[in-house]
Amino acid sequence: MFSESSLLPIIAILPFLGALVPGVMIRAGRTACASFAAVPTILALVLLGSLAPGVMDGTVYTAELTWMPQLGLEAAFFLDGLGLLFAGMILGVGLLITLYARFYLSGDDPMGQFYTYLLLFQGAMLGIVLSDNILLLLVFWELTSLSSFLLIGYWKHLPEGRQGARMALTVTGAGGLAMIGGMLILGNIVGSYNLTDILAAGEQIKASDWYTPAVLLILLGAFTKSAQFPFHFWLPHAMAAPTPVSAYLHSATMVKAGVFLMARMWPALAGTDLWFYTVATVGLITMVLGAVIALFKDDLKALLAFSTVSHLGLLTMLLGFGTAEAAIAAVFHIINHLTFKAALFMTAGIIDHETHTRDIKRLGGLAKLMPITATIGTIAALSMAGIPLFNGFLSKEAMLYEAAHTTWYENPWIVGALSTLGALFSVAYSLRFIFHTFGGKVRNDYPSHPHDPPLGLWASPAILCVLVIAIGVAPFLADDVVRMAAQAVTGEDLEVHFAIWHGVNTALLMSIAAIVGGAILLALHRPLDRAWLATPRPEAKVIFDSVLGGIVSVMRSLTTGLHNGAITRYLAVFVAVTTAVGVSAYFSGDAGPQTRELLPVPPVVFIGWVLLMAAVVMVVMFHRTRFRALVVIGIIGLMISGGFIYLSAPDLALTQISVETVTILLLLLALHFLPKETHAESSPLRRGSDATIAIVAGLAVAGLAFAFMTRDFSTISDFHLANAKSGGGGTNVVNVILVDFRGYDTYGEIIVLGIAGLAIFALMETLLNGPAGRRLRNADLSADRSMDRHPLMMVVATRLMLPIAMMVGIYIFLRGHNEPGGGFVAGLVFSIALLMQYMASGFAWTTRRQKIEYHGMIGAGVLIAGLTGIGSWMASRPFMTTSYGYFHFPPIEEFELATAMLFDLGVFLCVLGSVMLMLYGLSRLARHAGETVNEEPMEYDPSRSPDAAVVTEEVR
Amino acid sequence: MELLVAGAIGALTAGGIYLILRLRAFAVILGLALLSYAVNIFLFATGRLAVNKPPILTGYKVTDFSAYTDPLPQALVLTAIVISFGMTAVLVMFALGAYLESGDDKIDMPAPDDLHEDDGADVGEQTLVIEIEPKERGQ
Repeated sequence: MFSESSLLPIIAILPFLGALVPGVMIRAGRTACASFAAVPTILALVLLGSLAPGVMDGTVYTAELTWMPQLGLEAAFFLDGLGLLFAGMILGVGLLITLYARFYLSGDDPMGQFYTYLLLFQGAMLGIVLSDNILLLLVFWELTSLSSFLLIGYWKHLPEGRQGARMALTVTGAGGLAMIGGMLILGNIVGSYNLTDILAAGEQIKASDWYTPAVLLILLGAFTKSAQFPFHFWLPHAMAAPTPVSAYLHSATMVKAGVFLMARMWPALAGTDLWFYTVATVGLITMVLGAVIALFKDDLKALLAFSTVSHLGLLTMLLGFGTAEAAIAAVFHIINHLTFKAALFMTAGIIDHETHTRDIKRLGGLAKLMPITATIGTIAALSMAGIPLFNGFLSKEAMLYEAAHTTWYENPWIVGALSTLGALFSVAYSLRFIFHTFGGKVRNDYPSHPHDPPLGLWASPAILCVLVIAIGVAPFLADDVVRMAAQAVTGEDLEVHFAIWHGVNTALLMSIAAIVGGAILLALHRPLDRAWLATPRPEAKVIFDSVLGGIVSVMRSLTTGLHNGAITRYLAVFVAVTTAVGVSAYFSGDAGPQTRELLPVPPVVFIGWVLLMAAVVMVVMFHRTRFRALVVIGIIGLMISGGFIYLSAPDLALTQISVETVTILLLLLALHFLPKETHAESSPLRRGSDATIAIVAGLAVAGLAFAFMTRDFSTISDFHLANAKSGGGGTNVVNVILVDFRGYDTYGEIIVLGIAGLAIFALMETLLNGPAGRRLRNADLSADRSMDRHPLMMVVATRLMLPIAMMVGIYIFLRGHNEPGGGFVAGLVFSIALLMQYMASGFAWTTRRQKIEYHGMIGAGVLIAGLTGIGSWMASRPFMTTSYGYFHFPPIEEFELATAMLFDLGVFLCVLGSVMLMLYGLSRLARHAGETVNEEPMEYDPSRSPDAAVVTEEVR
Repeated sequence: MELLVAGAIGALTAGGIYLILRLRAFAVILGLALLSYAVNIFLFATGRLAVNKPPILTGYKVTDFSAYTDPLPQALVLTAIVISFGMTAVLVMFALGAYLESGDDKIDMPAPDDLHEDDGADVGEQTLVIEIEPKERGQ
């Protein structure tokens, strides 16, 4: 059934879908591109509009899609007054920016990219304001950091753009990380990540011991995003972005996200002393500091940037007061700031576009040259100054009223006084923007001759200016919207009524003082500016860069200290640390008493164990003489196989012994090309310390193994034992686990094995085509080449063995489901049988007589196993469930057929193919090194020179 | 019995770790082989040891679970054995490739300081079977 709530996820997803379009549409031209970029915004705006009346009446729409319930993460959206206000602002200004950017961007700028980034960012912002789940909100929060990075760094060719984008990402990203921590704490206090639940649990949160860390971490996120002192420095540097981006990010969206968050979390977090003294104080400092710096900035955009910082401080301060009246003022100022600041940024962009400079000291007199722009800029700036009949006046008045009635550490006037000071500077820089840019005489040294731009460029700020005046003259227009949003912030029923004239009160007197003082300040600007420039000030970017540089150099020295290119060092550190952690965990935990009796040791087993231990010692001692070490390692494998047999693991024994054979063969082949001996290189000291690490780690592992082997445990294996026959149709439980219970694992593993085989083949291919291949062709390996490469006895014996070995392989394969055996072992046995042929008569000779490609075998194996798994869907059972039945074809006895056998066939083929492909790779190396291909299967007369009996074949 | 198995695991681990800390690729391959043995037995032993209780069912219905050893670790180890073979093979190929490309089978990168004096200089000190300089060969 259709419900209006289901529109919410659609609204949230629209910009992301839309982001795919501009990149394609740019081929159809710039106007088409911009039009298509506007479509998702308009659609979302229309859908939002359809929900607006309901929200105005107090309905809260919610929509929830299950995503990851285990984590408490739901794709949950909700729309209340605050969300509607912000969503409307994001989409509305987004639309104006889309129009403005179409005319602002030059032909050289990749416009498709721009709109894609813009829509991504818009979607992320929209997600923040619509999320009903704080984890989802965090996802969108991070997305805004990332997409704003793309937008700020849009002019990739400008170093300022790149640096500004990086700085913004570092600061807001770091704050985002802190916020993740805060949100998780919050979720833990409440027991739900659902925003609605959290907002309803304000009392519980404020009473919690974790309230302070949660608040501070969340505020860290909000302050960095909203450029609050001392994190305000990134915002002016983000001005390197194209002006449409600045206008969007710094009026309606990015920086308002922090304010939004504080407003959103208001019922849950606000109202305590901690909140008041942190938020209000930071806001107050930011407001004054931003306003003072703004007055002395000559770059129009920098002036606006610091004024944005100042206004954000104002909003933060209001939210910090924690009263409903202050919240109303904050919401109202959010709307007003959006209208005049976006218009001002766009005006600055137009001036830059027309005169090719934004330096106030090079401007002036533009009112005569660009009357339309000047009108728009003046209206917006007057509103920013807080002059009556413009909307900025109303909210600034409300702010001053709240400030005048706030006591800070028992001091009743300091907040009011500082706020007036902030307002005073705000008037001064706003007037400076007007008089120093538009006022004065027309100059004749503009970098480019200015005139009013086309309608497309000034339409957007003009629309905003209409709003500025409309609200300024008829403030009751804003009553309903502000009430709706403020009620959503505070969760209380509020009466909102704005008027221009409240009678003579404190706020009015403060306003008058600010305006008069601001005008005087502007008149004194020239001497003040000189004094300002002469005063040394900390430069935020230098501090930021040096802090970052310090961190980087510390990290670099740490990294190069640990990772100096010596893998032996990493391994030593890794082993030592792991052992230390394991040992400390062992001693700090409690393993409980020993519960299992030790099994007796028969003499034969003991002898085998002694052999094994001796072989280990020998491998370590003789590893320099590589061939000998290889022989001894065979003993270890053999003893381990014996151990598996004794300890009731026949399948493992079969596998181990066949793998052992193949491994030794492989290593033998490889050794052919490697040095036969290792020279002692490490000092005795080094060997001593390595031995110490090794022995300690060995003792630790042995202790651990002994500890758990002597204790009882609970296992899920009884399920496997009980269901192997009835469910999987086999009595060899290990095989049933492999092909049925854990068939998915096995499937993955044969794929890994196949990839290993193919990777080796590919490696060999690149190796042989590179310098190594040339080196190899010229190498002289004749010294260790046997005169009797293909001995008669061996050839004859392996020919006889081949059918027998294959039959053993088939037998092992067939019985695998019920008795020890199966695809893995059968594949290995087959490989060994084939390998013997290769060893006896040479790889090339044998390959010529072989019809099947090993690559194909791997593919077929994976395919068969996969199809068998899919087959169980046909019987509407889960992937890889075995089906089996009993068949009777006379004269054979009744026997069982299971689909598991098909799966095992896949395993078999994959193992066989991979093993053979690996050896094939090595043998190609040999042929490259000049090994010849024999015509006959064996050498008839070993006394002859090897070259006489063969036809030399040039390789490649 | 448990002591013997634990001792074997410990010895294999110690030997394996000592060998992977050596400087040459071949020793590292041997060391990894020993370590894979150790890890496989370790995993196998998590099912605890049992004699004469192979997990091969004798009847249709299992009544006495204690008559069989734990099959699950065995299944895991079985694939692990095969996978470790694949891993060894890939490593061998890396080692071969590195040796053929660079002329030695050292596994550590030379320290940055002695990089410039190291290029090919120490090749002479070891007896290479493969000659680095191309031979004259009739085309």
